[in-house]
Amino acid sequence: MFEELIIAGYGGQGIMFCGTLLAHLAMEEGLNVTFFPSYGAEMRGGTANCRVVISREEIGSPMVKNPSSLIIFNKPSLIKFSGQLKEKGLLIINSSLVEEEIVKEGIEVIRVPVTQIAQKLGNDKVANMVALGVYIRQKGIVSLESAIKGLESILLLKDKEEKKNLIEINREALKSGFNY
Amino acid sequence: MKKLFSYPDSLKKARFSYCPGCGHGIVHRLLAEVIDEFKIREKTIGIAPVGCAVFAYHYWNFDVTEAAHGRPPAVATGIKRVLPDRIVFTYQGDGDLASIGAAEILHAANRGENITVIFINNAIYGMTGGQMAPTTLIGQKTWTSPGGRKAELSGYPMKISEALGQLDGVHYIERVAVNNPENVLKAKKAIKKAFKNQIANKGFSLVEVLSMCPVGWAVTSVEALRWIEEKLIPVYPLGVIRDKSKST
Amino acid sequence: MKKRILIRGNDAIGEGAIQSGCMAYFGYPITPQNELTAYMAKIMPKIGGVFIQAESEIAAINMVFGASLTGVRTMTSSSSPGISLKQEGISYMAACQLPGVIVNVQRGGPGLGNIAGSQGDYFQATRGGGHGDYRTIVLAPYSVQEMFDLTCLSFELADKYRSPVMVLSDGVVGQMLEPIHKDDKNVERKIKDKDWILDGCKGREPRMVRSLLLGEEELEKYNWELNNKYKRIKEQEIRAELYNVEDAEIVIIAYGIAARMGKQAVKEARRQGLKIGMIRPITLWPFPEQIVGNIAQKVNSILVIEMSLGQMIEDVKLAVEGKTKVHFYGRPGGSVLEVEEILDKLREISN
Repeated sequence: MFEELIIAGYGGQGIMFCGTLLAHLAMEEGLNVTFFPSYGAEMRGGTANCRVVISREEIGSPMVKNPSSLIIFNKPSLIKFSGQLKEKGLLIINSSLVEEEIVKEGIEVIRVPVTQIAQKLGNDKVANMVALGVYIRQKGIVSLESAIKGLESILLLKDKEEKKNLIEINREALKSGFNY
Repeated sequence: MKKLFSYPDSLKKARFSYCPGCGHGIVHRLLAEVIDEFKIREKTIGIAPVGCAVFAYHYWNFDVTEAAHGRPPAVATGIKRVLPDRIVFTYQGDGDLASIGAAEILHAANRGENITVIFINNAIYGMTGGQMAPTTLIGQKTWTSPGGRKAELSGYPMKISEALGQLDGVHYIERVAVNNPENVLKAKKAIKKAFKNQIANKGFSLVEVLSMCPVGWAVTSVEALRWIEEKLIPVYPLGVIRDKSKST
Repeated sequence: MKKRILIRGNDAIGEGAIQSGCMAYFGYPITPQNELTAYMAKIMPKIGGVFIQAESEIAAINMVFGASLTGVRTMTSSSSPGISLKQEGISYMAACQLPGVIVNVQRGGPGLGNIAGSQGDYFQATRGGGHGDYRTIVLAPYSVQEMFDLTCLSFELADKYRSPVMVLSDGVVGQMLEPIHKDDKNVERKIKDKDWILDGCKGREPRMVRSLLLGEEELEKYNWELNNKYKRIKEQEIRAELYNVEDAEIVIIAYGIAARMGKQAVKEARRQGLKIGMIRPITLWPFPEQIVGNIAQKVNSILVIEMSLGQMIEDVKLAVEGKTKVHFYGRPGGSVLEVEEILDKLREISN
């Protein structure tokens, strides 16, 4: 397998955590993986994106130019990245924040209201996990069980009490996405 | 019979290569006496500057290194933080400390590094041939201020000790001179205090020494002593500038 | 069994330093290496080490100078503009033969440039960088694993040769996360008994560590001594990875991040039937001259790829000595090399 993914949205939407968790899950599956974040002049509310490459072989460039998958959380990101998607690529769109219909032949578009689903669960910050759940189901890189296990182990690493309370809602968000 | 005076252990049996009438030799001697009196020679690390005292390691009989121009406070920080039980001091001239090394001394002082700084202010760059220093007086003729220092061109004599004295990290700063026996004795007392502070982990201590440079000032050795009294001290008054132990 | 952990390149350098017994770190904020400084700020106090955020890169390297004098393993890190400021201190360390590790997570230049990964500092790193006749060992990691491994190696070499060692990385490898294997060793943190350190002259003659040598021919003699050391390093420490060079008609030469794109291009080219191989220098100084020279005799041509206007190519040409054609493809200013672009260049050369 060879998967090149870009995840993009606003800073604060959990873009980096989403990508890092996926990279961690891929590592736990024994795959090679790279994660590369956008970085720079720090700004809350600015755009954020990260690139994840997953492969059985040694990975060359971590800088994805033409992704095989895109997870898009807001409109500016859709405008910026949708044209770069490969043929037969997968495009997951947060339909809670992006109204535009994408009409492009040869790609698979899944519109999921991830922000609304997250709000129903009680915290719109877990929209990232909803989207990741959808992605994992579509790509089959890991099972839902492994994903939940990985999520728990990562959140437990952050040894603050409040993080532990976040496990439950993140787990539910992952499940909701997976079963959407 | 009681021995009242001898050659300090902390000085090597070498002849100073300084010009006649220069103040460095006196200050080296005072330092050596203080280090002997505290019996810290074997745990002292000195940092020589770039300037006339660059060869201090030829004279000091303890571990010595030589830092890049202006950087002794940073080098001292590196040494002292790793070896907090050793005695670390820097010996810096006015060009080294107040010009090229202004940032390093400011921040070492502000961090309250537990080091001792001996700051030789002779209002001139001696080693490179007598250029204007940040401490050069208004109207003072140097190689690079041939018509005398002008404030509108080069700013004012820098009272860096007073500036450093504003910092909360500083424990003790005193300005002394070595132009007559009375002042030399006071200078020794101040240097002794600056080392005592370090031994007692009190933090940053600096002694500014107004010191003679007859060659740089183009005067005789005797005139240089008077020059300190008449020209330098009115601009750089002697005395304690900051002493935390007094204020509490 | 070795643990496999997902870690950022910058953090992996920090972890390598900790595992190597680094006891004193001095840094100053600059993107894209800030995570490393933050890592050291967090870990050093826990292991009883020294961390100081210095007032400048100049102060930081001089604090390294001071810490190194005491015999502990010590490090500083920065990115390109900050490394320019450190050159004074590196020259003094080379002169005083003080070990220490300097990390450069390169960004685009010249000037303030940008904050993207770049390879514009090759000349500065491999030519000494500061004033005077000296060399620093330069190691170039191309993966997060090597960020860890080569940091460990840099501390070993710094001590072995009493020399500053530079880890020449870049913003891409610094910022990316990758799984690495690492052993948790029992780390030796005590000051090693070195016969040149300054720690007070108890029970011995006073020592001096200095770099001003004004005596007649004194400095020349000292420079020749340093040269002997540099010769030993050249004889013993050259490292390079050879990839598919046995039957190659064209060989790519690339280091660091560019070598990742290079390797991918080699794989793709082979799928298309082109016989391409790659040499990846791991030590940039000493440069693998003989390896490059020997392979130059067997191939039709060489393609040097760099994320710069072409700097390492000069070392390649010196090593090739005209035995074969040397081509270049590069992009400066923090732009990333694309595999397709490299393939286009390879096709152009092979026709």
